[in-house]
Amino acid sequence: MRCDESEVMLHALIDGELDAGHARDVEAHVASCAGCGEKFAAFRTMHEVMSTAPLKETAPAHLRNRIEALTATPASRVVSIRQFMQPTRRSFFGGFAMGSVLSAAAASLVLTVIRRDQEQTITEEVVSAHIRSLQAGHLMDVETSDRHTVKPWFNGRVDVAPPVVDLTAESFTLLGGRLDYIDSEPVAAIVYQRRKHVINLFVAQHLGRRQARTIGDSIQGYNVRHWSQDGLDLWAVSDIVGDELDEFVRKIASALRQPSHAS
Amino acid sequence: MADDAVAEQERMRTFQAAALPHLDDVYTLARYLMRNAHDAEDAVQECYLRALRHFDSYRGPAMKPWLLAILRNVCNAEFARRSKEEVPTDYSQDESLAEEMPMWQEPQTSPEKMIVRQQDTATIRRLVAELPEPFREAIVLREMNNLSYQEIAQVAGVPVGTVMSRLARARAMLRAAWNAAETVTTRPGPAVASGSAL
Repeated sequence: MRCDESEVMLHALIDGELDAGHARDVEAHVASCAGCGEKFAAFRTMHEVMSTAPLKETAPAHLRNRIEALTATPASRVVSIRQFMQPTRRSFFGGFAMGSVLSAAAASLVLTVIRRDQEQTITEEVVSAHIRSLQAGHLMDVETSDRHTVKPWFNGRVDVAPPVVDLTAESFTLLGGRLDYIDSEPVAAIVYQRRKHVINLFVAQHLGRRQARTIGDSIQGYNVRHWSQDGLDLWAVSDIVGDELDEFVRKIASALRQPSHAS
Repeated sequence: MADDAVAEQERMRTFQAAALPHLDDVYTLARYLMRNAHDAEDAVQECYLRALRHFDSYRGPAMKPWLLAILRNVCNAEFARRSKEEVPTDYSQDESLAEEMPMWQEPQTSPEKMIVRQQDTATIRRLVAELPEPFREAIVLREMNNLSYQEIAQVAGVPVGTVMSRLARARAMLRAAWNAAETVTTRPGPAVASGSAL
């Protein structure tokens, strides 16, 4: 075997890709040729280091959750979230036109597309409302860290009794509440702060699609979480990192499960 | 319709059972191809959506290379889209350019450089990430996704012979960078420590 052949083949030997005959040839060459022997030893060590080092990445939990949720939705109803990767809309309707076997099925397809779009529109509106609240100096209508003041303030202003939870002990400071409008409907906004970051928690009876589990998104650098609980739709928006917003959502959700906070 | 719904549920369960165990592999390749976490996540999500859509036409044998091939197509489509919008950055390095690089960039081999020494995981990741394509892809598919040559050939859409030469080249480049990185990281230590004695 020549050295230039060995230079490629020794990798196949390292990777266990050679049959017995070729393996013997390469082994014989690297044993007799100092240069190739040295390379073989070095590359084998490198391969061993790489196989034992924890080089494989672990998909983040939120990605796993998202993909589990997406692949639990009938394929025909799934529309890519970001247009950037996929010309979904066109191919979607293309597929829809070709496969229009049942008008009922077709109608349900259109429905889900529209609902999906509404969900996106609302996500964008929620983020806009959050940005507005920061810009206009209109963060709070009622400014207090006392949840017993915030909660009654919403009486008669919105059609829900929004849960107001004290999370000061968890480093989420309650700043106050605000009446906001999303999708032309009055919505309760409860304002929290962590360090310098404002978190708006929007609460309404119907705001987007009911979400059994928390749905996460990120728009214009703001993280958004949407979940449904106790017949309410809740949206948390902030520029804090996703993990912290997840923590916030967990705290709110678990506080809501305790009856004392519902009062 | 009810039967269809049941069949659809069954199909999705089958898909999840077959495809979700490979999520870390798909994400790993996406991280190295896209080079940032956010784009990687989008690519992985798109990959799974496409895989689910085409699951009916999937005939095996192995799910992992099938998913990785889809992921690779998603990433390449994204790069193609971007290159229409802007001048490509460091992805412009093509194989012909890399072909001109010497196969073996080894100066005087000193004895301590003969063997590759331990590098920490972060350094290895960075060195791999800095490899040009298609060599980066080849080494990730081999060392991190643990694919056979045949499977790498399927994913990359090239003959096995090409996989072999790419891997040889990838490892040669990696080793050169590896030893260079080692020089950088180990030399200042002893130099500072023994500075007063010299």
